[in-house]
Amino acid sequence: MTRAFADLHLRVNPKDQHAAQRLITKASKLGYRTISIPFTYPVKEEDAAKLKKMCSEAELDFVTRADVKPRNENELTSFLRKFRRKFEVICVVCDSKEVARQAAKDRRVDLLNFPSLDYHKRFFDRAEAELASNSLAALEIDVKLLLALEGPARIRLLSSLRREAAIAKEFDVPLVVSSGASEERFMRMPKDMASLTYLFGLNEASALKTVSANVIAIVERNREKLSERFVAPGISIVKEGTDP
Amino acid sequence: MKRVKRRYLALQLDSEGLPSEKEFMDAVWGAVSKLYGEVGASLTGLALINFEAERKVVVVRTSLVTLDMVRASLASITSLAGVDASVHVLAVSGTIKALVRKL
Repeated sequence: MTRAFADLHLRVNPKDQHAAQRLITKASKLGYRTISIPFTYPVKEEDAAKLKKMCSEAELDFVTRADVKPRNENELTSFLRKFRRKFEVICVVCDSKEVARQAAKDRRVDLLNFPSLDYHKRFFDRAEAELASNSLAALEIDVKLLLALEGPARIRLLSSLRREAAIAKEFDVPLVVSSGASEERFMRMPKDMASLTYLFGLNEASALKTVSANVIAIVERNREKLSERFVAPGISIVKEGTDP
Repeated sequence: MKRVKRRYLALQLDSEGLPSEKEFMDAVWGAVSKLYGEVGASLTGLALINFEAERKVVVVRTSLVTLDMVRASLASITSLAGVDASVHVLAVSGTIKALVRKL
């Protein structure tokens, strides 16, 4: 069976149809089967529909994803209450420890993203990993920074990523590697993207999972939850009877 | 002396222009030495085997033990001869014959 690859973070403005089309075509050429372009609220249904159509023409599965960068816990919970059932994947961009901790313990959050290059502002430590492990949240790593940075900045980033990958492994937190690309030149074939994770200590099997199994598992789990037949984890309606 | 196991990689150049063989290999060596240093680069045994300008397909050889290092370095290339570019690994094989069959 061939492995299905996914890139959940193509960073293009969903309203910019031309840029989106370019990245979608490129993703299809590179061998991805599933992609996502994150939305920030407010979201227009028609934009999502257009992207879905473009993806289906390119034989790609489009996953609706929302990225949220809340300032505090309340903003995060309010966002989740409003939008959880509207998107298949929710990613929280953690800019403060308060938000990072709340995101890690909330079961409605799928991905935790730490964009900061500053070592002190990357809050994925052992406590965060333990919370994330219990709530099934995954740690997302964008490879764009690895490609764009050079010298001491990249060295520091690699050092942080190596530490975070080791913690994630210790606490069984799944890693998801995405391109984070806003331009085609930062897009790589799935296996090439996986090979970049060797730089921070992953082996071949775990590297491939970060661009396939780990991602697909999140999408499938959420699609099941969002389906009308879902009752509770492991329980779904298979057949509805009628009154005699 | 133990025989060195090698791997051949078929690469697709994705760039606007076409770099020369030297420019391409300079970029590869540059990427490897940036990530792993000169000692690391010296262990790879990198060599250019074939450069097909028309299809922008290149074949390089490396030792098996440093294959991961070379793959990561190739993925980290963002420009060739000053032009935005990326390098994709199309196939990896132990012999050129098998590599050609995979393409």
